[in-house]
Amino acid sequence: MTQISYLLFQTVLAVTFLSCAAYVVFFISRKKEVRTIARRVLIFSGILQTAYIVSRYWLTGYAPVTSQHEAIAFFAWATTWAYLSFRWRYTVKNFGTFVSLLIFFLLVIAASVSRETAPLVPALQSLWLPVHAGVSLVAYGFLALGFCGGLMYLLQEKELKSKRFGYFFSRLPSLEALDQLNSHCLTAGFLFLTLGIVTGTMWAHQAWGTYWQWDPKETWSLITWFIYLIQVHQRITVGWRGKRAAVMAILGFCAVLFTLWGVTFLLGGAHSYAR
Amino acid sequence: MPAERILLIGVNHKSTPLEVREQLALTGGYEEALKRLSGIQGCKEYYLLSTCNRVEILLLAEACPSLEDDLVRFLFEGRILTEKCREYTYIYYDEKAVSHLFMVAASLDSMIIGEAQILGQLKEAYRHASRQQCTGPLLNRLLHKSFSVAKRVRSETGIGSSAVSISYAAVQLAKKIFGSLQDKKVLLVGAGEMAELAAEHLVGQGVGEVVVANRTLARAVDLAERFNGKAVSLGELVQQLERVDIMISSTGASGIILKKDEVRPLMRLRRNKPLFLIDIAVPRDLDPELNDLENVFVYDIDDLTTVVELNKTEREREAVKAARIVDEEVLKFQRWFKGMAVTPTIAALQKKAQEICRLELEKTLPRLQGLSGKEQQAVEKMAGAIISKMLYDPLLFLKKDSCKQDSNAKADLLRTIFGLAEDDNQQ
Repeated sequence: MTQISYLLFQTVLAVTFLSCAAYVVFFISRKKEVRTIARRVLIFSGILQTAYIVSRYWLTGYAPVTSQHEAIAFFAWATTWAYLSFRWRYTVKNFGTFVSLLIFFLLVIAASVSRETAPLVPALQSLWLPVHAGVSLVAYGFLALGFCGGLMYLLQEKELKSKRFGYFFSRLPSLEALDQLNSHCLTAGFLFLTLGIVTGTMWAHQAWGTYWQWDPKETWSLITWFIYLIQVHQRITVGWRGKRAAVMAILGFCAVLFTLWGVTFLLGGAHSYAR
Repeated sequence: MPAERILLIGVNHKSTPLEVREQLALTGGYEEALKRLSGIQGCKEYYLLSTCNRVEILLLAEACPSLEDDLVRFLFEGRILTEKCREYTYIYYDEKAVSHLFMVAASLDSMIIGEAQILGQLKEAYRHASRQQCTGPLLNRLLHKSFSVAKRVRSETGIGSSAVSISYAAVQLAKKIFGSLQDKKVLLVGAGEMAELAAEHLVGQGVGEVVVANRTLARAVDLAERFNGKAVSLGELVQQLERVDIMISSTGASGIILKKDEVRPLMRLRRNKPLFLIDIAVPRDLDPELNDLENVFVYDIDDLTTVVELNKTEREREAVKAARIVDEEVLKFQRWFKGMAVTPTIAALQKKAQEICRLELEKTLPRLQGLSGKEQQAVEKMAGAIISKMLYDPLLFLKKDSCKQDSNAKADLLRTIFGLAEDDNQQ
């Protein structure tokens, strides 16, 4: 089983690389057939990733979201399916290229850290584990899409403002489409993020007897949550959009990454189970 | 003198000012116009194309001295002085006419070179003409050929993907900002010709509403009517900016009419919806610093020209390629057309028969030993007689004048039956 699981992950890595390569070829050549291939390969990769997570579950007997490797692999899985669910609703030109690069990047990181399985720490043996960690990572998946959209927005806006039209102008979608995307990712991401924090406090109450204990991970989650709260609030009240929203989506995602990695490695705290 | 010629007569955006073209628009639709055309003497096969930028008639014409005048009269319907009419129209014959048709179909003659709409309009026009049986074998072939030339140009060159002209550049930029232009509102400030043209293109892209602001309200009302929009006074400019998405400014004002500080507070009221400001006035109407505001994009005439130039260098290269394709196709068609007429068909038929006869004799005679010269001649004579008797009826059918209307169809038929088609014809 360990072997199968290992091979499965290697396959995921290879398939995602192929999809990513096809998306890059489409970005350069703009041939529609290439995009169809890239998308199909990515769907295949999404299915394989699901199979891999299931195999990890069989192997360890608990939801595979605890070790660094598992968390990142799950993050990649969430990003993949968040993208595919969007793709099913509407298209944003060349969005897949950026997203598939990010997914591949995440998988490479997951491949480079230890894939050892360890028995579950007693504190984590709870039904809350898959709910809290799963929901949070799904939120990260949507926010990752928002990050890609934000980058694309800034690139396109720069071309339009500076009036020097380079490589990206014809390849990137309209500002309006990217801003729409930002709004959708923000809505979905913020919803899941809130759910993640709420389930987290409930679990904390059950496990530690207190809802909130200002552990670094909690603090940073709250900071991240506030960054996104500001965006949601400003968008609804004064119609924040465009460049400012794109910059905030990028900032917010940086906070997400810091909460995920920075806190564990730099600050430690009660949340640092995974090494 | 050839009895039948291909003739193309028309007016387009290059030859005729807009005021005149407006009067030519076919109000009664294709049906009525085609019916009127059928009454003109000398029109054998004909079709009519009418778009907002051109009206063209293509026909297979029989020699008839009054034909050109009749057609010009048909086009203008006496709304304009006859001497003037001739200035506006262009008339092409034979390969020039074919070449022009191909250029139009391939969108090389369009106001916005490379735009794709024209091919659809051409097909629509052809559908009307063929439904009313105005076209015959020649025009059927010629028009189908023009569709395939257009497709070839589109697939073999990049002419369709880039386009020229300032207003097209404006549309291109607007699309990069707003995505779809559906339901967007445009404000025209000043009622110059350039602004009008740009607005025309934006409306063509589905822009929902046009508002015109002008110093003289009467002119604004006139222009607004054209776009089913409304007219406002220049004093309401800032107020209007609160609700429009695109503004095209082209006033003759000597200074700047819109400053950064006037727009900044507006953006909050607009809930930061993007604002695309196009300044095509010289000297400029809009403060260039407006571009520093978030979600505001200001383009002046020079900026737009950069976009046009960007498209142009690529386009010029592609246009050379496209023109080569058109020339090539004109030559091919010309070859087919020359072979179409009755006389060459007869000649080709006889030539083919004689060729068969000669070949068979060469094969058979050496095998018949001991034939005297006289007997040999008799065999040759017999073979020749068989051929001429075989060909007698087909040739009679071809030469018969009684239904001259169909001579081209008959020639075409015989060419197919006897395999006289040219290389080009066997595709």
